[in-house]
Amino acid sequence: MQTDIDLSIQLVGIPLTNPLVLASGVMGTSPELLQRMALAGAGAVTAKSCGPDPREGHPNPVMIDWEHGLLNAIGLTNPGVNEEVKLLQDAHKLLKPLKVPLIASIFAGSVEEFGEVASIVKRAEPDLIEVNISCPNVHDDFGLPFAADHQSAADVTRTVKHVVGAIPIAVKLAPNVPDIGRIAKAVVDAGADVITAINTMPGMVIDVEAARPVLHNRSGGISGPALKPIAVRCIAEIAQNVEVPIIGTGGVLSGRDAIELMMAGATAVGVGSALWYRGPDAFRLILAEMRDFMLINSIHSVSDLVGKALKS
Amino acid sequence: MKGAFIARKIDSIEKVNETSAWLTFDGSLDAQPGQFVMVWLPGCSEKPFSIAATAPFGLLVVDVGEFSHTVHQLKVGDHLWIKGPLGRGFCLEGENLLLVGGGYGSAPLLPLAKAARANGKQVSVCLGARTATGILLSDAFSNSGCQVAHATEDGSKGVKGLVTAIVEQAIVGSRIDGLYACGPVGMLSALARLCTNHRVNYQLSWEAHMRCGMGLCGSCEVPQSSDPSLPVGWLACYDGPGFIHRWNS
Repeated sequence: MQTDIDLSIQLVGIPLTNPLVLASGVMGTSPELLQRMALAGAGAVTAKSCGPDPREGHPNPVMIDWEHGLLNAIGLTNPGVNEEVKLLQDAHKLLKPLKVPLIASIFAGSVEEFGEVASIVKRAEPDLIEVNISCPNVHDDFGLPFAADHQSAADVTRTVKHVVGAIPIAVKLAPNVPDIGRIAKAVVDAGADVITAINTMPGMVIDVEAARPVLHNRSGGISGPALKPIAVRCIAEIAQNVEVPIIGTGGVLSGRDAIELMMAGATAVGVGSALWYRGPDAFRLILAEMRDFMLINSIHSVSDLVGKALKS
Repeated sequence: MKGAFIARKIDSIEKVNETSAWLTFDGSLDAQPGQFVMVWLPGCSEKPFSIAATAPFGLLVVDVGEFSHTVHQLKVGDHLWIKGPLGRGFCLEGENLLLVGGGYGSAPLLPLAKAARANGKQVSVCLGARTATGILLSDAFSNSGCQVAHATEDGSKGVKGLVTAIVEQAIVGSRIDGLYACGPVGMLSALARLCTNHRVNYQLSWEAHMRCGMGLCGSCEVPQSSDPSLPVGWLACYDGPGFIHRWNS
């Protein structure tokens, strides 16, 4: 019986009707798009990352579907935190009646700037602030991501945590590091309430007829199916090193994918590229598939899946 | 994979007028009228284009900026990289169709007009532009068996004024089962209001700033201020470019 299935979760005390979270950078550019994703079935929605100043992002091409995933270098297009905070306030009003939590996402070029952006974003009172220390596509402007080094990652975390008050923070980690468990431990010790894992994986696709990289930025971030096994491994590593909840993100296209990430240790599951692969109904399709799996396998609560593959 | 680039060879280039060229490519493209492609010229940029013909695949390129200007320098045998077809196009329905093209917005209407005529439907076309040189593909519509009327803001071709004036006459003067349009946002908004006032079913192909073309970056959202009938958070590249609105009969 479907009524036996409980898809709701708690994420650091925030109730979500289901574990699927709209991942940052995907359709999160306006209050209306966030509302749309909430209406489409997302358990929580993450806005596009904002930084201290407006950014146009990279010139086209910015995204392709290659054989086993997507590759994108949008380049953190955003209106700047002062404008974004108004959008987040509007989004909050639209999301409240739907009971869908709002996650803000921030990035910056220095530890101090992270603190400044966080102090402005908190005025919108998002349910959670995601600290994006791992965008792979802005190397030219910002240098090596903070996520590459456990000390830098902890410095950013500590600074943001200090200014946001009671709002919980999630730190978004990069997959391309030698020891993600160590970095997770460092950011949790510095005050991270949640870990989001993972950002896209740096990659490049060259068109051999054109004899040049396809993306204008040359390299980009790999998402979609190719990212999933990388995400699963990173989530499992993190889950074995820290106690905080994980928003597992990377290549989830189906209910089975979402369950796989949860079994690796994710409490919630990010959904992004699936909106390309499966269309606007992606959330509902994935949820229906999760429900089917749980029914067949006599799993009552989706929370029972968290870390299931690590226990034996 | 419709989200990957494929190099397509240019088979012929025909000048349509001093600022416009019709590019025909080697081979066809399996697409619905109103869908679009992202066109990449390596080393230059990538822009969205309406599909002007499918068999063989053809594009209308109007010299309006740096990208299209560079494309105009290409020669037969050169390549363009095509991603697509993308998005959702028009849905052919009804017997008496009114097509409205503003400037190069006539391009995606041509394959629709041809499909409609092949299915024995009556097709009237209203083309509008600032001046006569902005009216594009008029003969192609006539040659496909459509009735064509023109409006230009300076009066250099057809009726002087906005195309919406001749569209309203057409709506009032004859039974129209559906209006199909592509052109500037202001024109489409005006047509949506016109169709709402007269309760005419309409399909509008919206233009917006497209970046990824795949529905993920959120750049091409068309707000409800453009047409109150649009759903909230509607993306031109993902949900459209064709927006279909039907009135309950």
